[in-house]
Amino acid sequence: MLPEIKRSILSSLEKSTMYSLLKDGKRIDGRNFYDIRSIKILPSIIEKAEGSALVYLGNTKVLAGVKVSLARPFEDMPNQGLFVTGAELTPVASPAFELGPPSYFSIELARVVDRAIRSSEMIDLEKLVIIPGEIVWMINIDIYPLDDDGNLIDASMLAVIAALMTTEIPKAEITDLEKGKVNVIKDEKRPLPLVDLPISFTFAKIGDYILLDPSSTEENIMQNRLTIAINNKGEICSIQKGEGGGFKFNEVIIAKNIAIEKVNEVRKLVVNQLAKNPRGPNAWEYI
Amino acid sequence: MKEIDESKLILIDSNGIRTDGRRWNELRPLRIRVGILDRAEGSALVEMGKTKALATVYGPKEMFPKHMANPDRAILRAAYRMATFSVEERKKPQPSRRELELSKVIKEALEPAIMLHYYPRTVIEVYILILQADGGTRTAAINAASLALADAGIPMKGLVTAVAAGRVGDQVVLDLNDVEDKYGDADLPVAMIPATGEITLLQMDGTMSSDMFERALKLAIEGINIIYERQRDALKRRFLELKEKILGGEFYASRD
Repeated sequence: MLPEIKRSILSSLEKSTMYSLLKDGKRIDGRNFYDIRSIKILPSIIEKAEGSALVYLGNTKVLAGVKVSLARPFEDMPNQGLFVTGAELTPVASPAFELGPPSYFSIELARVVDRAIRSSEMIDLEKLVIIPGEIVWMINIDIYPLDDDGNLIDASMLAVIAALMTTEIPKAEITDLEKGKVNVIKDEKRPLPLVDLPISFTFAKIGDYILLDPSSTEENIMQNRLTIAINNKGEICSIQKGEGGGFKFNEVIIAKNIAIEKVNEVRKLVVNQLAKNPRGPNAWEYI
Repeated sequence: MKEIDESKLILIDSNGIRTDGRRWNELRPLRIRVGILDRAEGSALVEMGKTKALATVYGPKEMFPKHMANPDRAILRAAYRMATFSVEERKKPQPSRRELELSKVIKEALEPAIMLHYYPRTVIEVYILILQADGGTRTAAINAASLALADAGIPMKGLVTAVAAGRVGDQVVLDLNDVEDKYGDADLPVAMIPATGEITLLQMDGTMSSDMFERALKLAIEGINIIYERQRDALKRRFLELKEKILGGEFYASRD
């Protein structure tokens, strides 16, 4: 058995305050139901990673890093590069996370993000082939939440797409085609070929209310959550329902419509922040 | 991927300048931030050159499992982990033997500074995540951890401050970077409680003569005194910010 995530216990006073606010259409932090907290992206923050980004979603902070290495492609996909997504929920981010084997949630988190990238075909995997069937680039994406104030899924998704957008892969020269030998030139780099930019939206259900981008306080009393990722064409490219409760048909449709309505705004924000925000090691000044 | 030809590597040139432009007794640029995370009870980020260590602290809190609790003092737990992307070649996320040993020596370096007897039957937890490793990660980790402990309001005899000294050829050097650590001749990480003068971490690999060891240890202590001042400044800044927030009415009781 893998460990489950512990949740903090809320006082009944706080709980009843939250419910009565929800009745008036308000959330405990003053947001409307479908408001996303402020997003801040600091790109290329780890020099030793080929790509990285630190993302703030309100008080939630997630660091994602990308390492690239040479690997052998899968037998059945000789013309495709590889990518793997992992998430490490360390106690740095929250006292609810424990050291030891990965929890169910850390695996779910990594897989939900991975699926959105895979289904949207965000990375042009064919352009990562060096020798078909022999050597391809492998993209390792690792997610490290640093501060959990709720909605790690969307914050991680943003951190991962921002990290991928900053990723540069070195040049690989084939030195011996027969033996499958290549020479990696670290100083000559090209951007990772990207063709899509999936954005995820996570909703929490509390009572009969659907809230976008739940904070950790809201996550403590939510019955269930729903994550919907949207690709560049406005198609749904990944869905994950989580936690014990259930959604009604109408609630799913509302969540889907809100996600589609918000996606362009969020995508534009990501692109703008990557273009203008301080990057590189000095970005740590802006933490 | 990148191989270094050891025979061509010059760690100190004829003008006495090291690979990153420093002289033998100079520290790397140091940047310290205290209280940068909200969820943790105490947190600090310490950058020594390209090395970045993030530390968080929880506690004192109830000890689980209960039979592990100590009836007359708190137990300190420390974990040191490296991010997979903190090094040139991706590191596997599972803790290595090195990470487990460092967790132990870091815990033992911090322990003598903490008033553990104030909190019987509890546990104080320190987690350190190395975001980028470029030599001296254990010393950066200790500097960050002791600040995170102070930020969490844990009573201490004083801060714990650490830096490495080492040997390159016949020259002692301060605050080794990654290349000097790997290709130098000796590495001597030292941690100390400057307020009491106790040395709480002392390790070495490589070889040093008796005389050179003495010089290296002195050099490390000189470095520690400089870093200690910077730690105190960073901590003062943190509490001045907090004071302004309280006076400005921005402060409210935390969730937990």
